[in-house]
Amino acid sequence: MATVTYDHATRVYPGTERPAVDQLNLHIEDGEFLVLVGPSGCGKSTSLRMLAGLEDVNQGRIFIGDRDVTDVQPKDRDIAMVFQNYALYPHMTVADNMGFALKIAGTPKAEIRQRVEEAAKILDLTEYLDRKPKALSGGQRQRVAMGRAIVRQPQVFLMDEPLSNLDAKLRVQTRTQIASLQRRLGVTTVYVTHDQTEALTMGDRIAVLKDGLLQQVGTPREMYDTPQNVFVAGFIGSPAMNIGTFPVSGGNIEVGPARLALPRDVAGKLTSEDDNKVTLGFRPESLDVTSESNAAAFPVEVNIVEELGSDAFVYGTLRGSLAQKDDAVITSGAGDNQVIVRVDPRNVPMKGERVFVTIRPGEEHVFSAATGQRLS
Amino acid sequence: MMAELTTPDVAIDGATVSEKPPVRTRGEIAKRGLSSPWASLVAVILAVVWTIPTAGLLVTSFRPSLDINKTGWWTVFTNPDFTLDNYKQVLDTSQTSSLTPYLINSIVITIPAVLLPILLACLAAYAFAWTKFKGKNVLFVAVFALQVVPIQVTLLPLLTLYVKLHLNGTFWAIWLSHTMFGLPLAIFLLHNFMREIPGELIEAARVDGAGHVTIFFRMMLPMLKPALAAFGIYQFLWVWNDLLVALTFAGPGTATAPMTKFLFDLTGSRGNAWYLLSAGAFVSMIIPVIVFLSLQRYFVRGLLAGSVKG
Repeated sequence: MATVTYDHATRVYPGTERPAVDQLNLHIEDGEFLVLVGPSGCGKSTSLRMLAGLEDVNQGRIFIGDRDVTDVQPKDRDIAMVFQNYALYPHMTVADNMGFALKIAGTPKAEIRQRVEEAAKILDLTEYLDRKPKALSGGQRQRVAMGRAIVRQPQVFLMDEPLSNLDAKLRVQTRTQIASLQRRLGVTTVYVTHDQTEALTMGDRIAVLKDGLLQQVGTPREMYDTPQNVFVAGFIGSPAMNIGTFPVSGGNIEVGPARLALPRDVAGKLTSEDDNKVTLGFRPESLDVTSESNAAAFPVEVNIVEELGSDAFVYGTLRGSLAQKDDAVITSGAGDNQVIVRVDPRNVPMKGERVFVTIRPGEEHVFSAATGQRLS
Repeated sequence: MMAELTTPDVAIDGATVSEKPPVRTRGEIAKRGLSSPWASLVAVILAVVWTIPTAGLLVTSFRPSLDINKTGWWTVFTNPDFTLDNYKQVLDTSQTSSLTPYLINSIVITIPAVLLPILLACLAAYAFAWTKFKGKNVLFVAVFALQVVPIQVTLLPLLTLYVKLHLNGTFWAIWLSHTMFGLPLAIFLLHNFMREIPGELIEAARVDGAGHVTIFFRMMLPMLKPALAAFGIYQFLWVWNDLLVALTFAGPGTATAPMTKFLFDLTGSRGNAWYLLSAGAFVSMIIPVIVFLSLQRYFVRGLLAGSVKG
């Protein structure tokens, strides 16, 4: 058990200008489940591989516990890694796969057998111990890869998108299994994924990366409630947040006909570069359908309605004065000039209908139009 | 028999034609062309024609020497007369025309001349495939480029070198020569096989605590079995059937001369010893067959199956 610390860790791939991971500072507590999440190419896997020792660290240091492991070989770091494609040894049985690390370490045979059997029991692999990987299903292979990590009893688990090769149903099932297993074993875990749902459901804390830069670290609740910038706001949450840039006048944000009060302390943070505009974010679930008479309501024309049973989402276009304005571009998970509204699944509007929606007070996210940083 | 074998092919062909749209790829056309009864017939005829000389040699080796000189081997069908005398004479160590010492020489030459390049090539291929060092690519291209050099060009310079080192006329000269000639191809071949192994496997092993030595012996060698067997057979046949290298480096005497030299002498100096030649040739052929059959079980496809998804 140990903490993990990235101290200004930087990785520049040979022949490239821009660092794949740029000055990463991150402290992971003992026993914590930290999820690195971001779009592809954001440097999350590179960060993990730097911790594993499979990637050089060009600048900065990495610590496991108090030990500086920056220049330590992978085999001496006391870590275990689960790979995206499992990387099982094809010529060994499941038991040999799981016991390989212990065998190299010179652990007595009886103990290896015992630890492998324990791990196999946890993962429900006991009857497959004598099989070769090729005789296993995808889910079983994934469990063997997990077992190989568990048997080691390492200080840190590293998992590189271990669920991305499973089908949707199995992925959800395994997701909870891994999370509960990690809580039970209490081993510090760094988990890489591109799937924000996985991040929200599994992590004690989430770190969002983009272009090699750490955007924000926090608990799932913090990431959802107070995203620090426009990127995190748009990345976390499903469906994605509606984000648009609107003019500010007289202490109000003008969303078409609607006027939203801009708090004084937020207004004070506006700079000349913002040009009297703010970037406003509001989640589909923060919108209420009301009537035209409501002063804070703006019209949305329904394009399609997605009904999921428990929820229904309206994909619509902004109508009225907003539609004419060029600078009032809004984006959402559905694309440009589209808003997503969650509506009561028992009472959905018709396609082509015009609905009026308001943003529930206190659930709007105000960002600087110039920098994209959070203001509220 | 022919008809029975080919009938299902036709049936399957018919089925595919009806299911698939009329547009066919070249591969399909080729497949259809090659699996038709006529193509099978041609293949069988070719195989028979190809085998006739060997079959004739086999028959000849069992015929008395007088018969061989008088009539062709096909006359045994009308006038069968077989004897084991030829083989007895060839294998009898007390006779001067005995093949046995040469056979032993051949084995003594072949085994190290196969194992040595495999061992060295494995190590070199691993270094080229999975380690980083300066000038790796240049060196690799250089090694591969060495294949272009014909061995005939190297014979005399090498011999001069061996004479200086007092290695000429010993087994060492032959072992080293075969190793040198075999290495470029072996390195190239094994390197390519090693690169096919997914990088994550090596990384997983490194995280599991394996160093280069462990990775090499516990991961690479078991996974490379098919490649090792393939190159092993190739090199075995090359060395076993080699005459040029042996003739150049084995020295004038018979102490290190392999069987090919003996057979060469039989045809050259005693063109009349046909009966011995056929028996000797068959003894020399049977050993590669045994080697091939015993290594055949390592030609397993899908050895990497199940290791990585996708």
